[in-house]
Amino acid sequence: MSNYVLFLIIIIYLAALFFIAYLAEKNSKSKWVNNSVVYTLSLAVYCTAWTYYGSIGIAANSGINFLPIYLGPVIAAPLWIILLKKIIRISKQHKISSIADFISLRYGNHRFLGALVTIVCLMAIVPYISLQLKAVSETFQILSDETSYVSTSVLDDSTFYIALLLAVFATFFGTQTTDASEKHKGIIMSVAFESILKLAFFLFVGIYVTYVLFDGTEDIYTKMSQAENFNSLTTISGFEEGFNWLYTIMLSFMAIFLLPRQFQVSVVENVREKHLKNAIWMFPLYLLLFNIFVIFIAWAGNLTIGNAGQAEYYALLLPLQNGNTFLSVLVFLGGLSAVISMVVVATLALSNMVSNNLVIPYGFLDYFIKSHPERNAKYIKSIRRISIFSIIIIAYVFYVNFSFELSLYSIGLMAFVIIAQLAPSFFIGLFWNRGSSNATIIGIIAGITVVFYTLILPFSLHAINGSDDLVQYGLAGISFLRPHALFGIDFLSPPAHAFFWSILVNLLCYMIFSVLQKGNYRERNYAEMFVDSKNYSDLQDGALVWKGEAYVADIKKVLVKFLGENRTERALNLFFRKYDLPLDTQMADARLINFSEKLLTGSIGSASAKILIASVVKEDEVSLVEVLKILEESKETIARNKLLREKSNELTKLTNQLKYANEELIEKDRQKDEFLDTVAHELKTPITGIRAATELLMDDDDDMPKEIKAQFLKNMLQDSDRLSRLIHNILDFEKLSKGRSTLNIKKYNIKNTIKKTIDSLKHIADKKQIEIINSNNSDLSAEYDEDRIVQVLTNLISNAIKFCDVKKGKIVVDYRFDLGYLEVTIKDNGKGVPRLDLPYVFDKFYQSKNQNIQKPEGSGLGLAICKQIIEKHNGKIWVRNNEKSGATFGFKLPFK
Amino acid sequence: MRKIVIVDDEPNIVMTLEYTFKKHNFEVYIARDGSEALEILQSVIPDVIMLDVMMPKVDGYQTLKLIKENKQLKDTKVVFLTAKNKASDIEKGLKLGADKYLTKPFSVKKIVSEINELLA
Repeated sequence: MSNYVLFLIIIIYLAALFFIAYLAEKNSKSKWVNNSVVYTLSLAVYCTAWTYYGSIGIAANSGINFLPIYLGPVIAAPLWIILLKKIIRISKQHKISSIADFISLRYGNHRFLGALVTIVCLMAIVPYISLQLKAVSETFQILSDETSYVSTSVLDDSTFYIALLLAVFATFFGTQTTDASEKHKGIIMSVAFESILKLAFFLFVGIYVTYVLFDGTEDIYTKMSQAENFNSLTTISGFEEGFNWLYTIMLSFMAIFLLPRQFQVSVVENVREKHLKNAIWMFPLYLLLFNIFVIFIAWAGNLTIGNAGQAEYYALLLPLQNGNTFLSVLVFLGGLSAVISMVVVATLALSNMVSNNLVIPYGFLDYFIKSHPERNAKYIKSIRRISIFSIIIIAYVFYVNFSFELSLYSIGLMAFVIIAQLAPSFFIGLFWNRGSSNATIIGIIAGITVVFYTLILPFSLHAINGSDDLVQYGLAGISFLRPHALFGIDFLSPPAHAFFWSILVNLLCYMIFSVLQKGNYRERNYAEMFVDSKNYSDLQDGALVWKGEAYVADIKKVLVKFLGENRTERALNLFFRKYDLPLDTQMADARLINFSEKLLTGSIGSASAKILIASVVKEDEVSLVEVLKILEESKETIARNKLLREKSNELTKLTNQLKYANEELIEKDRQKDEFLDTVAHELKTPITGIRAATELLMDDDDDMPKEIKAQFLKNMLQDSDRLSRLIHNILDFEKLSKGRSTLNIKKYNIKNTIKKTIDSLKHIADKKQIEIINSNNSDLSAEYDEDRIVQVLTNLISNAIKFCDVKKGKIVVDYRFDLGYLEVTIKDNGKGVPRLDLPYVFDKFYQSKNQNIQKPEGSGLGLAICKQIIEKHNGKIWVRNNEKSGATFGFKLPFK
Repeated sequence: MRKIVIVDDEPNIVMTLEYTFKKHNFEVYIARDGSEALEILQSVIPDVIMLDVMMPKVDGYQTLKLIKENKQLKDTKVVFLTAKNKASDIEKGLKLGADKYLTKPFSVKKIVSEINELLA
């Protein structure tokens, strides 16, 4: 493929990335941009060209040793829920924009510490970036026709232009605001997109190699197992190798937190904490997918190409040598994706550090104070832009001059070992409040010195003049000082060895000096905030202890320089309102100092923020004891307030409950009154009849006609019956509704129960020539109280008789099994229930006045009692009108 | 002959009242509820109407309102005879324009003398 075509493809691809980033910036609130999948995919910036090409190189030459680099993050992922959550919370609260800011803030906005961390990161990452560029250039050469082509000058090296384009991309989407702690959604979206591409294309080539070039995984395995060095490639050989694995896993475990680009995507760019929940399983899954085919591609390369020097590019060479140019272009683009995402995010993160922790605090503060806000914003952005370009250009220069000899894997590991020097201050600082800034600085410098001697120096000597004397004989010929075998530890690989010694020295320095020498009060203040972040997030701006004299106007002047007039005004108003302070407050308190420092941190870094604010206030020295006392007190106040609030909430809740209970009681009382009223009324009716008839019989005994006398006597009897029935029903109903009557539940056959009921009602029905049909003859057993169900059936059937016409009446009783229930229905062809009555027929004392006989016989409680009985069986009772005529009553009893 | 319309849905009670007023020379009309009563009142202008309150369809209160709207019945007395004997019920009945409010259970003699007194 010609150089130009390939370059055109790259340009088109970069244009697509620009477009995606642009779209994401434009729709920055959309759920397509803000979700846990994008977050997880952005974390996959971890997989660089090292993963894409380097792993295969390792797998081909030394077996499964590529794996520990991915095991560390996999082990770390479940811990994110605790660890990363805490880091994210602290960072958001303090507007932290980089790991240098994070560490320097933890140790009291220490300016030198921030700068030191930045330098450590630069040392680790710039060569790493240059290796990424090397991968682009080498793959470009493999793919282009001119295999013998070697760039003779910068200007005709395509890698140079690609590097410049990446710098433009990072500048364009990375420096839109002066506040570095703001999100860069465009960059994150393009990284997520690239993560999909690099995984997809890598899987493509894996599948292609395994199933097209070979006959599946087994085929590769069988062929490979005939190779001489097969055993050494597939096993961990012994104790020493185990240690190598252990240290490499630890190394990558730390790297996933500490690498500037990982801190950028996982902490600074985190939109919502809850995205972590999905990331902890999706990210390991991503790594797993990425590693599935590594070993097969490596073996396939060993079998067909067999050139150990080119092992890193097997994924590209295999399809190319088999004539599949298209697939090789895809592989190339996948690798390019891995490079671009790494380079862009890493330079962005580094440039924020360089500007906020190195350049601004050490030279621009005086200038900023004198200048105008617009010009300051421009300056800050320019510093970042220049940083981005410088970093990429330095990386390019490094690549051109030094990196011919180095493998992706070795430089990658070296970066990890250097970055790991931040681990003690970072991890232990999160949980141990004694860790002090001086101890951190000593630890890091000592660690770096060890790394330099054991790893960087031998490496550089070898690269520059090919000399391995130092490695073989040690410094000044002392064999105990051999860089790769310090004090006789000669069984570890160089990176693992360097890691072991450097971390040991670093850790010891950090711990010992922290214990020996206490940090100042400010350090201790921040230490408390970080270690006990949960409690201090309640304190908010009150978490910083500060004593002294400061004027709001002075602080405002500083803020205006960076935020502009409007934003400053708005921020201060917000602050005063939040703490219920008058808007014209003159004297600033600790909260305002803390608040203002935070406002500035995003733009110029925490160290500069502290210096600037300190320059306009008169701070009194506070003793460490005092700091701790004040913190303890404010923590207690918060806790007390919280307790009070909880108690008051509880009281409100109780009051509401009481009110509700009271309302319920009033309603119950009203219902009781109504019930008594109705009962009294119902009782009075027959008594009235009896009383009046008795009076007439007594007084008019002589001239009352005989048949009238008989009628009155009959009426009296009827009323007496009605009275006693009423009393019986009332008592029954009360007993049921108060739950005083218990059911006598046994297993019965419903067929028999229905027969029993119909038999007892037969004579009444016959009298009116109404037909009662039991249409079902099957045996169906259920558990119920037979007497009570007979009572219900009697009630429903005699109701039906009451509403049916004489002679024409027909009542059908049926039952069936229905989804765990026994359903019984009584269907009549009478008048049916008036539509308006339907919802109320089961209410007590609701009597329909449409009965076909002159005198209502019911007590008004019959159906209400039926309902009580059925509900006591956990069943349901219902009524509906038939389509033609009459009504159907039914009830369901659960099978037990 | 004096005319009385008895409006009540309890047949046994109606029977005693019917017997009593017939004996005291009333022309007695029976209605089982308000709507039946109003039907009767289209053709009959009675001296007194005796109303129960709790009846199906049109209850006593509503019946009274409709009676009051009928100009022809302006001289007709209306008496409630009901089991509702709370003070609030009585007040409500009288406020609606009833001439008397009698409660159940009742003494037949007392009812007759009350009606006579009303019509005197």
